[in-house]
Amino acid sequence: MFGKLTLEAVPFHEPIIMITLAVVAIAGLGIFGAITYYRKWGYLWTEWLTSVDHKKIGVMYILVALIMLLRGFADAIMMRGQLAIAEGASQGYLPPEHYDQIFTAHGVIMIIFMAMPFMVGLMNIAVPLQIGARDVAFPFLNSLSFWLFVAGAILVNVSLGVGEFARTGWVAYPPLAELGYSPGVGVDYYIWALQLSGLGTLLTGVNFLVTVFKMRAPGMSWMKIPVFTWACTFTNVLIVASFPILTATLGLLSLDRYLDMHFFTNELGGNAMMYINLFWAWGHPEVYILILPAFGIFSEVISTFSGKKLFGYASMIWASGAITVLGFVVWLHHFFTMGSGANVNAFFGVATMVIAVPTGVKLFSWLFTMFRGRVQFTTPVLWTLGFMVTFTVGGMTGVLLAVPGADYVLHNSLFLIAHFHNTIIGGAVFGYLAGFTFWFPKAFGFKLDERLGKGAFWCWITGFFVAFMPLYVLGFMGMTRRLNHYDNPMWQPYLIVAFFGAGLILCGILFQLAQLVVSLRNRESLRDVTGDPWGGRTLEWSTSSPPPFYNFAVTPTVRALDAFQDMKERGEAYLRPDHYAPIHMPKNTSAGVIIGLLGAVFGFALVWHIWWLGAVSFIGMIATFIARSYNEDVDYYVQPDEIERVENRHHANFAAPRSVLNTQSVAEQI
Amino acid sequence: MSHAHSDAGAGHGSYGSYAIGFILSVILTAIPFAMVMSGQFSQSVNLISMLVMGVVQIVVHLVCFLHMNTSSEGRWNLVAFLFTVLIIVMLVGLAIWIMVNADMLMMPWMFQ
Amino acid sequence: MSSTVMHSNHAVAHDDHAHHDTGGNTVFGFWLYLMTDCILFASVFATYAVLVNHTAGGPSGKDIFELPYVLGETALLLVSSCTYGFAMIAAHRGFKGQTLAWLAATFVLGAGFIGMEINEFHHLIAEGFGPDRSAFLSSFFTLVGMHGLHVTAGLVWMVIMMLQVSQRGLTDRNNTRLMCLSLFWHFLDIVWICVFTIVYLMGTI
Repeated sequence: MFGKLTLEAVPFHEPIIMITLAVVAIAGLGIFGAITYYRKWGYLWTEWLTSVDHKKIGVMYILVALIMLLRGFADAIMMRGQLAIAEGASQGYLPPEHYDQIFTAHGVIMIIFMAMPFMVGLMNIAVPLQIGARDVAFPFLNSLSFWLFVAGAILVNVSLGVGEFARTGWVAYPPLAELGYSPGVGVDYYIWALQLSGLGTLLTGVNFLVTVFKMRAPGMSWMKIPVFTWACTFTNVLIVASFPILTATLGLLSLDRYLDMHFFTNELGGNAMMYINLFWAWGHPEVYILILPAFGIFSEVISTFSGKKLFGYASMIWASGAITVLGFVVWLHHFFTMGSGANVNAFFGVATMVIAVPTGVKLFSWLFTMFRGRVQFTTPVLWTLGFMVTFTVGGMTGVLLAVPGADYVLHNSLFLIAHFHNTIIGGAVFGYLAGFTFWFPKAFGFKLDERLGKGAFWCWITGFFVAFMPLYVLGFMGMTRRLNHYDNPMWQPYLIVAFFGAGLILCGILFQLAQLVVSLRNRESLRDVTGDPWGGRTLEWSTSSPPPFYNFAVTPTVRALDAFQDMKERGEAYLRPDHYAPIHMPKNTSAGVIIGLLGAVFGFALVWHIWWLGAVSFIGMIATFIARSYNEDVDYYVQPDEIERVENRHHANFAAPRSVLNTQSVAEQI
Repeated sequence: MSHAHSDAGAGHGSYGSYAIGFILSVILTAIPFAMVMSGQFSQSVNLISMLVMGVVQIVVHLVCFLHMNTSSEGRWNLVAFLFTVLIIVMLVGLAIWIMVNADMLMMPWMFQ
Repeated sequence: MSSTVMHSNHAVAHDDHAHHDTGGNTVFGFWLYLMTDCILFASVFATYAVLVNHTAGGPSGKDIFELPYVLGETALLLVSSCTYGFAMIAAHRGFKGQTLAWLAATFVLGAGFIGMEINEFHHLIAEGFGPDRSAFLSSFFTLVGMHGLHVTAGLVWMVIMMLQVSQRGLTDRNNTRLMCLSLFWHFLDIVWICVFTIVYLMGTI
């Protein structure tokens, strides 16, 4: 009836977990209680959970990403704490079977449930606005993608309290990930969490490609598309080309585990290396999926706050395209040591080094954009400058690792760990935090507090260097990854320093939480009245903050790159038509929520071998989808009088006294 | 069957295109099956002909059944398809190269 | 900065046009999804290629493949591609009855294909040559089975379409969906070409 599930699945004997669960339960009850007390369930359901509005979906993605950042970071602090003390006789406080789940969960959460949704959320908020569209091509599918992602996140979080998580590392190599060596439910949680959220991501990729291909404002030819949208388009190409590989790979692993097949087993002809090959054929494009949008954000931020158009727009696009295609011929560098021989290693080593070239082109373009500009050192610019320094170090260590001979020494050492955190934190995370600050006023109508933002940045960047530079040294000293204990006293001082670095990053995160609270409290004085708080150059800044739900009352006509800046220079910004036409908008729907949540049930059922529940939930997902296909009442028209009311409210801001307006942005516009 | 011509528009065929596609496909299927089943040809001759005819038949399906063309409506479909082919060639080609080398070096008894 | 009133622009919603366009968007989006499905199959094909000789003392392709049987399956699928094409022509001309008839014919042929495949799998498993016997057999069953599952999904979809067309007629929405199913069905026939060439024919020579 309940498959393998029994009460023993709850880890009552693990105090750390039980305390965490208690805290989560109390916090959860508090939040649920507050929502009930203020009678906000109806509002939440109709305005957010069933929304198909890309702006709301984007906000929800980022909210979940930030929550998962806290959990992933908690894993990091625990690991650093353990390693700072677990030398020689001291065993630390985390036994191996627990530590293994922590480093696995840390990787899975940070990559799949923090970085990916953060990126997808920013893409959701900004891209349709940047191209002058009213929503994405398939709004229902957008909602479904979000809820499939949530289903995966639910599974990862439930695994903490019910059962266990995988102990294989975030890559889950067989034979360790096979039933013989991982008989528990951990790997199954991993598989279903990734399959569900991966499907959501794939659908997002298709959705945004059609959106950018087919729904751009008239006049926005390919070489007039904002650079962030270009970056996201290349990212979506990577997504649609690489995620099916992950689906296949995890699917084959599940067949081994559930139906006793032999793709990657030791017995009866399986080849575990093939998993590694396939996994990284997805895994390498995945890291470019994470970094390209961040590059796009840096381009937008640098050009906006230098008051100049981006240097070398065309070469930026070509460089991103080169990275996209080359990203598919480098994946073996993740397993140089696996024994494919010198010829294979040489090919992939050279290809990996070649990829550094277009990235270098981009770096120079950013520098040339700033040259002779009037650079304002706002928080997003600080994140960008911090990225330039940090990511360059990470990129260089990457080129070093690309030399197969060097990699034989450094593979799976802490040098590798330092390298990829260098590029992911310095590149992707700094980028998303810059984008978060940059687009926050657009999404919510008020800016974030600058001083706390800067404080957060300085804590993050110092914390990063203090936490990870020692790891480079430790890599050279021979320390491998995924150790929960070690016997070399020479390593300990570095690990203690690294722990303090993690503490500094924690301060950075606390600054960011404080920033959110303080900004919310001070929102009136931080309000973005005109919708253009930074003197922006692209179309999203031509709307109010937040934009009306239909984005644009009149679809803009685009004449040049940096369309909004062009409109300002022609004196055509903020023009109003003498009458409005009805606007065709999609209706909200519960189908996405239902299918997603049934997906979580399906995953849970398969993890615990509750076959009847798996069948019921699967059929439920299909049935809901079919029922949705029968629903013809999926859209409506916004009438001109409503549009007029919304637009009047926004344009009244421009008639307000000068002192109320953000004078800096007005100055930029003249 | 009559040769009624349908409207111009992305992806609309006529009885003619389906008929041609069907006949060509039958031929391109029958030949490799006949060659293999007869046992009269060497392994490499069989291999090359089945691969070539398979690729040709795929093109026949794309043109006659899926109406893939270079018209303005169909252009992005063609681009997407060609890009996918590029990815598949790189992925499958490199994967097999990697695995064959790894297996030869790491499991040499499999090749004796 | 004051707002200027523009001359009345002709941005009157061309909604019929927009609605027609969204059908085009849907078909393009579905085509992109099919490209991802191609890569999914390519990954499993690559796995099959790597594991094809890992028979672990069990049977190889030569031992278990029956080419005449496969030729029969191929014929069913190929003819079904044709009948679906005729369904699309009928739909394009607005002939609801003809459309439903050709769809039904396609369904029968597709179901026949699946029946033959289930029969083949059943026999192999009964003889002890199931997917758990060796890596080669795992790859064979998964690759061919994955194609079969896609065909089955297509059959379910076809039933839904027949119901929706008979209940609501050949609306824009239904025509768009028939177009998507058409792409899906032909794509599956293309994958089958790869299957019978790489698995069955190459496995026999």
